[in-house]
Amino acid sequence: MSYVKIDKNLCVGCGACVDACPVGALFMEGDKVEVNDKCNLCGSCVGVCPVNALSIPREAKKVDLSDWKGVWVITEHDGKKPVTVTFELLGEASKLASKRDTYVGAVLLGNNVAFMADELFSYGADRVFLCESPVLEHYRTEPYSEVIVEMVKHFKPEIILSGATTQGRDLAGSVATKLETGLTADCTGLEICPETGNLLQTRPAFGGNIMATILCPNTRPQMSTVRPKVFPVPPKTDKKGDIVNFSFDFSKLNIRTEVLEYLPFEEKISLADAEIIVSGGRGLGKPENFEILKELADTLGAALGASRAAVDAGWISYEHQVGQTGKTVRPKIYIACGISGSVQHMAGMKHSDIIIAINKDPEAPIFKISNYGIVGDLNVIVPLLTKELKKHLGS
Amino acid sequence: MRVVVCIKQVPDTTEVKINPETNTLMREGVQSIVNPFDEFAIEEGIRIKEAHGGETIALTMGPPQAEEVLKTALAMGCDKAYLISDRAFAGSDTLATALTISAAIKKIEEKDGPVDIVICGKQAIDGDTGQVGPGIAVRLNLPPLTYVSKVREINPEQKYIIVERLMERGKEVVKSTLPALLTVVKDINTPRYPSLFEIKKASKKPMIKLTFNDLGLREDQTGLKGSPTWVNKIFSPDLKSVSGEIFQGEPEECVKKLTEKLLEITKGVSL
Ligand SMILES: Cc1cc2nc3c(=O)[nH]c(=O)nc-3n(C[C@H](O)[C@H](O)[C@H](O)COP(=O)(O)OP(=O)(O)OC[C@H]3O[C@@H](n4cnc5c(N)ncnc54)[C@H](O)[C@@H]3O)c2cc1C
Ligand SMILES: Nc1ncnc2c1ncn2[C@@H]1O[C@H](COP(=O)(O)O)[C@@H](O)[C@H]1O
Repeated sequence: MSYVKIDKNLCVGCGACVDACPVGALFMEGDKVEVNDKCNLCGSCVGVCPVNALSIPREAKKVDLSDWKGVWVITEHDGKKPVTVTFELLGEASKLASKRDTYVGAVLLGNNVAFMADELFSYGADRVFLCESPVLEHYRTEPYSEVIVEMVKHFKPEIILSGATTQGRDLAGSVATKLETGLTADCTGLEICPETGNLLQTRPAFGGNIMATILCPNTRPQMSTVRPKVFPVPPKTDKKGDIVNFSFDFSKLNIRTEVLEYLPFEEKISLADAEIIVSGGRGLGKPENFEILKELADTLGAALGASRAAVDAGWISYEHQVGQTGKTVRPKIYIACGISGSVQHMAGMKHSDIIIAINKDPEAPIFKISNYGIVGDLNVIVPLLTKELKKHLGS
Repeated sequence: MRVVVCIKQVPDTTEVKINPETNTLMREGVQSIVNPFDEFAIEEGIRIKEAHGGETIALTMGPPQAEEVLKTALAMGCDKAYLISDRAFAGSDTLATALTISAAIKKIEEKDGPVDIVICGKQAIDGDTGQVGPGIAVRLNLPPLTYVSKVREINPEQKYIIVERLMERGKEVVKSTLPALLTVVKDINTPRYPSLFEIKKASKKPMIKLTFNDLGLREDQTGLKGSPTWVNKIFSPDLKSVSGEIFQGEPEECVKKLTEKLLEITKGVSL
């Protein structure tokens, strides 16, 4: 097997690729770059070369993909209502579908869930592929993935999107493996090439330190899980569509799992739905200081968020963590107190409408993305702010 | 019980920084570590063996130097380790990785006997995909139990397992037949530190290498050729830089100014 291909005639010896290689496989030999056996063909170096001297040897395949049409969204729901990310994805799917001149499909599985179809149409679906059965009452990987695999083989969609939620990731991982197609996790950006239909799937990697654009050129469907709250919910319309009933023979399945019970968390305001979030980081210094944040949050009717540093210190539970390995949030207002603004934290909150930072270090990166901020000690600023707001809000 | 734990060597991404001038990764001083989520997988694998007997086997697929993470697993208490390494696996995406690892697990079953539980971490911190675990489950036809935060019960005689799965808004309690595949989250346990004695003992434990020829796969199923996804471009995250109003000076003054702004922008927000 080969390593990354280096065109020595083109190489100008700038060393950009050496810096870009995450595994240390590239080094300078004289004024040209060389590769050693650490190269794992990840491709990080290819795009940074200013003279296109690097390439990953790929065999060009001639495959006919013209049978595959339509952009599908997998509906995630709680039995009563689709979750918000489903609407966000329908909005994105509509954009992709119009560039490819094709339809938007929503896959809806469950027990007595047909009533949700209207809502799926109103957010952009042209067709709802429906399968209902008592077997599908609770989400379980095996029956859900089997039904979807059979649907895909029958209707041949070009693209399938699902939320990068626990359920969405679990399901997509199984479906893609069964279909032997590519799956890109946790996308934060989607573009489409109108001619080839290739989906350019952009996602963070290496803990959010870099962004990668991934393609799946030779197999269909192209599958992505997409982070919640990255795309806006599209406006609701009174659009109507067709329901396609799909029947599936469940007797052939050997289902080995059973959901015994579900224990919901007790949360006053969930981070995911909050319009305002007050968030605290290592700068709080001690767990008791979450109390002063809580008071500010209560005054504003806000939910409490946290950086990983605060969670790791044990000051607040993991459910409150915002960021790359926590939740992505998109509130109207995000108030970051004692948070420096690491790339991993910003990956989870940079899409907030308005960002406000309170930090004693004027150089903290969080200020670079903040609409408003105060340079100062949060122990002084936060209680003052709470007091001032209470005066005006009269509570 | 025979448990196989899948672990990956990853760069310590807390140490990875972007060079703001060239927009490239700065690797100086970046260590290779056991993927943090896989430490929980190793710990859980050892605990299962301690409770029910049998053996715990660690497995990694990667370049020769990935052997390091297997040494850590052996020192923590795994009994045996398999290094799956071959140039033919370079460039594997999650589909090809899961296929290769599942072929290796089949090989392990031939050599050592049937595997009851496969444990993976929730995700690897370099790729952050969490797709390899579900992929292995499909290839080995095992029920996948993802995001496990607690193993409530294992019954080796009646061959079932009951686990708690950590979801966005709650926990789900699931019963599954064995064999099964688990992916585990941070809450599940606190990984042990190996003692000096165990580190010494570890060097005598079996470390077995498997290459492409051992696995019975076709050339077009592994590495780049077996990977449907291609990395097209890598770049550094663009952070919208806003020229915001940052207040400095007397705290009272700053707070007054910020409150004004807050009241203005919260007009449309339901308080
Ligand atoms: C794979 C990976 C995933 C990660 N995922 C996440 C994630 O999901 N979410 C996340 O948040 N992080 C994540 N991180 C961690 C991230 O890299 C940072 O370590 C973390 O975000 C730092 O948190 P912080 O800003 O609270 O702490 P610090 O960076 O220590 O910042 C503390 C800030 O508080 C300020 N401060 C101190 N005292 C005061 C005071 N009295 N008044 C006012 N300001 C004060 C300081 O000036 C400083 O700016 C991840 C890292 C990795 C490697
Ligand atoms: N190369 C590998 N070798 C062994 N295990 C792996 C490898 N890649 C992924 N895994 C396992 O799969 C989990 C999820 O990885 P990923 O899908 O890459 O995020 C990891 O936590 C490991 O348990």
